[in-house]
Amino acid sequence: MRRFNVCGLPPIRKKREWMGHRVFVAGTGRGERPMSVVFYLIAALSVAGALAAVLLKNTVHCALALTVAFAGLALMFLELDAQFAGFAQILIYIGAVAILVVFAILLTRGSETPKDGVYSAKPIVGLVIAAGVFAILGWAVLRSTAVLPHETAKPQVTVMDIGNALMGRYVLPLEIVALLLTAALIGAVIVAMHEKEDAR
Amino acid sequence: MNPLTGYLLVAALLFAIGLAGALTRRNAILVLIGIELMLNAANLNLIAFWRYGPHPEAVTGMMFAIFSIAVAAAEAAVGLGLVIQIHRHTHTTDLDAMNRMKG
Repeated sequence: MRRFNVCGLPPIRKKREWMGHRVFVAGTGRGERPMSVVFYLIAALSVAGALAAVLLKNTVHCALALTVAFAGLALMFLELDAQFAGFAQILIYIGAVAILVVFAILLTRGSETPKDGVYSAKPIVGLVIAAGVFAILGWAVLRSTAVLPHETAKPQVTVMDIGNALMGRYVLPLEIVALLLTAALIGAVIVAMHEKEDAR
Repeated sequence: MNPLTGYLLVAALLFAIGLAGALTRRNAILVLIGIELMLNAANLNLIAFWRYGPHPEAVTGMMFAIFSIAVAAAEAAVGLGLVIQIHRHTHTTDLDAMNRMKG
């Protein structure tokens, strides 16, 4: 796939000292891959979907926008050469979680817009906290650009390798997750089960 | 720009959007949607570090992401079950109206 040099700048390859190590930063020289146009399109799709999911007034529209955000993230996993995680994301999030959210909205009649607004009493506090978290995360990411790893060789990982890892080294976490899922699903059924009238 | 930086920034932005949604919305289902967005942003970080890290052939980041997806599915099931049951009791999904734990 052809990659575009978005900044339009000539390739730079600066050397910088960071904590005693000599590292290469911010260049498009050998082995360095600039961000592609595809990445920006997918990122815009995901962020737009996420924004719509938290901003729209109608709850059903929010659930549909959430599906768009999940699809954008799945495309981003595929762009990152993580095919298994991308398709698992499509199957689980779009296929199960989004449908579950829509069912919950319909069962609770949540699509009716409440009279006293869709936001809590003091939304500005939440917005300030979220903006602060984003500022700190973004500052940390941009500050640590020099030491972030940037191996660009495409990883040769097949589904067989993932299956071998799941059945070999990660078999105990797999069993624990299986137990957790079973317990969670039984618990969800029991919690949402109809109570008998005489029990109240 | 380091390719990892872009993914990390997008993940941070999605996390902040999810956090804002979870903190400001009234409807309990919308709060769960915000939490799902935050979990997805964390997954994006895991996959991005797996892809650009030094040892992608050891599938550590991928395993983290897969287990995280499974835990998120369990969380969504239990959370939505709770919301449905609370709605059956109090006929509302407004979190500001839920101020007691007694049934």
